[in-house]
Amino acid sequence: MDALRRNILKNAGGVGMIGLAIGAGLLKPTLALADWNKSAFDAKTVPEAVKALGAANAAESKEIAIKAPDIAENGVVVPVEITSNIPGTEYIMVLAENNPTPLIADFDLTNGAMGYVAIRIKMGKTGPVRAIVKANGKFYTAFKQVKVTIGGCGG
Amino acid sequence: MHMNRREFLQVIGVAAASGLALHTRQALAGNGDALYDVPRIGNVSLLHMTDCHAQLLPIYFREPSVNIGVGQAAGHPPHLVGEYFLKYYGMKPHTRDAYAFTYLDFAEAARTYGNLGGFAHIKTLVDRLKASRPGALLLDGGDTWQGSATSLWSNAQDMVDAGIALGVNVMTAHWEMTYGAERVTQVVNGDFKKAGVDFVAQNIHTSDFGDQVFPPYVMKNINGVQVAIIGQAFPYTPIAHPRRFVPDWTFGINQDGMQKWVNEARKKGAQAVIVLSHNGMDVDLKMASRVSGIDFILGGHTHDGVPRPVPVKNAGGVTYVTNAGSNGKFLGVLDLDVKNGKVAAWQYKLLPVFSNLLPADPGMSRLIQKVRAPYDKKLAEKLAVTEEVLYRRGNFNGTFDQVILDALMKVKDAEVAFSPGFRWGTSLLPGEAITMEHLMDQTAITYPYTTLSELTGEQIKGIMEDVCDNLFNPDPYYQQGGDMVRVGGISYTVDPAKLVGHRISNMMLKGKPVDPKKTYKVAGWAPVGNTTSGAPVWEVVGQYLRDVKTIKHVKANQPKVVGIGAHNPGIAPSLI
Repeated sequence: MDALRRNILKNAGGVGMIGLAIGAGLLKPTLALADWNKSAFDAKTVPEAVKALGAANAAESKEIAIKAPDIAENGVVVPVEITSNIPGTEYIMVLAENNPTPLIADFDLTNGAMGYVAIRIKMGKTGPVRAIVKANGKFYTAFKQVKVTIGGCGG
Repeated sequence: MHMNRREFLQVIGVAAASGLALHTRQALAGNGDALYDVPRIGNVSLLHMTDCHAQLLPIYFREPSVNIGVGQAAGHPPHLVGEYFLKYYGMKPHTRDAYAFTYLDFAEAARTYGNLGGFAHIKTLVDRLKASRPGALLLDGGDTWQGSATSLWSNAQDMVDAGIALGVNVMTAHWEMTYGAERVTQVVNGDFKKAGVDFVAQNIHTSDFGDQVFPPYVMKNINGVQVAIIGQAFPYTPIAHPRRFVPDWTFGINQDGMQKWVNEARKKGAQAVIVLSHNGMDVDLKMASRVSGIDFILGGHTHDGVPRPVPVKNAGGVTYVTNAGSNGKFLGVLDLDVKNGKVAAWQYKLLPVFSNLLPADPGMSRLIQKVRAPYDKKLAEKLAVTEEVLYRRGNFNGTFDQVILDALMKVKDAEVAFSPGFRWGTSLLPGEAITMEHLMDQTAITYPYTTLSELTGEQIKGIMEDVCDNLFNPDPYYQQGGDMVRVGGISYTVDPAKLVGHRISNMMLKGKPVDPKKTYKVAGWAPVGNTTSGAPVWEVVGQYLRDVKTIKHVKANQPKVVGIGAHNPGIAPSLI
């Protein structure tokens, strides 16, 4: 990508991929809905959050790919990409297991949107980043360990 | 001729007694032909240097007596030291090889066999090997621009010029980045472009759109054979160093990307695929098991002099992993016989660069002289004399690090000190003067600020646990490749095999347990955060050295190491 195109995109008013997806009707802005899952987002532990999502029996799945750094370059903005290859993916939920409130996002993918989300999350300390996918009424899950370190002292 | 100094002196004694005239230097220097006339095999040759840390002149560099491997790495290369190393590689004690590859009898062996490396001597060796290897390429694995006073003061220009004069063809990077993205780009698009040096890194992308910043690989035609050389820069550059140097670039191991570029290179006709890596040996070994289609990973970063490539099985067959030491001590020579689109046979030698066996190249000598001329007086300032071997390399501490810690505590009036576990830093022999140049060899970085902080015992332990995990995490992808932070004032016990948060125990300060709630004054240097003030560490240590005048009875604060067995090949028996 050339520098000009980069600057144009950067200056387009901060409308990133998520904004475009919402505009196109592919993604419901969950926070704007009256019935957003408050208890899941407020949950202080992973089991509580998972329970509130109704995903307690999620099966481990190799069809979910999580792309995230092994060691975060900056814990405040950790880039995470989740791809669900499970047919009929309806929701993708993202949890940072060791965060004070683990549930970070709940993407409601309607109208046949591709099972792919990319976000930047804040992580206070090392721990698994977990994805939970709901497809055809069933829950699936996968995780990737992301280390958050003070750094320094390289060879 | 294989003998140590004592044996040699005995021989001299006999010779003198029998009235024979003997020219000491010549007898010991011997003739480099036996060592450096390496018969070539095959049709493709690659010469590999890495982590020279800007050492233009010959140096002493003591290899570690502590280099512990954890998990699957325990007891395997590169985690072998001293006698364990000699036994594994079938080397004899009291030989040139034992001196070059291990810490054994360091001072004595150093006086016998002399110093190693130096660009004028490396140049002679490179030219000699190239003469018998038409089309051979010289690959530089990075950490070339940092580690000396002249590299810092010339903004790396001395090393850019020296690398080009040496004939480097392809390069990747780590510490180069600490001169800032702008400076790196300037050299790559300026000096390097003009000289035809390819700078490759598959794992550096822009933070915004994830675009490649540099070409991921370069395809070279060597004697009619298509050879792809893929670059792998140090994956944790923005974590190990202040973020501000590369604010818009993101790094990481990028294993999927590596596989993608290997596949592309093969598709485009590469008959041999080489990765020029700054991952560090343990990371390279894991990557070799996960990615298929790479013939050789020529590695660096962890400064391991590994005489034999390590074969690693993966889905596509076998990948060989090497590591070529540091400070200009070694030059790797890889010959490949590529037939019918694949590597049919190979030969690898890691040659120690003994400067008294290789005459200095006059052209390179002139260049080095020119580079040093403006700084000669400053470099030569005698700060103190040492009565001890001063060195840095080792998992937990070195004697030169202890001097830095002592200086920080004294000058900053702190009860505790931290000093980074860098793996570069040359060594000094007893009786040598410590010059400003030597001090800069230990400290020449672009973020040299000293700090004084008030930290609780709990915070101190937190820092120690965190850095320890960067060294001993059982999964190499979570390691950063440096050594443990050097700790002054506090003694402790370490159990490398435990998990983060549980490795450090028994922390004691002046005979009392460190109180998690109490606040302590802690001095340090090389802050990776936003700190950009505080006296440079060389001023602090320089002041200390001028005051004490003589360095003696240095007792490096080594932790008690537990949980790794009584005969761990990664630690000298006397230290356990």
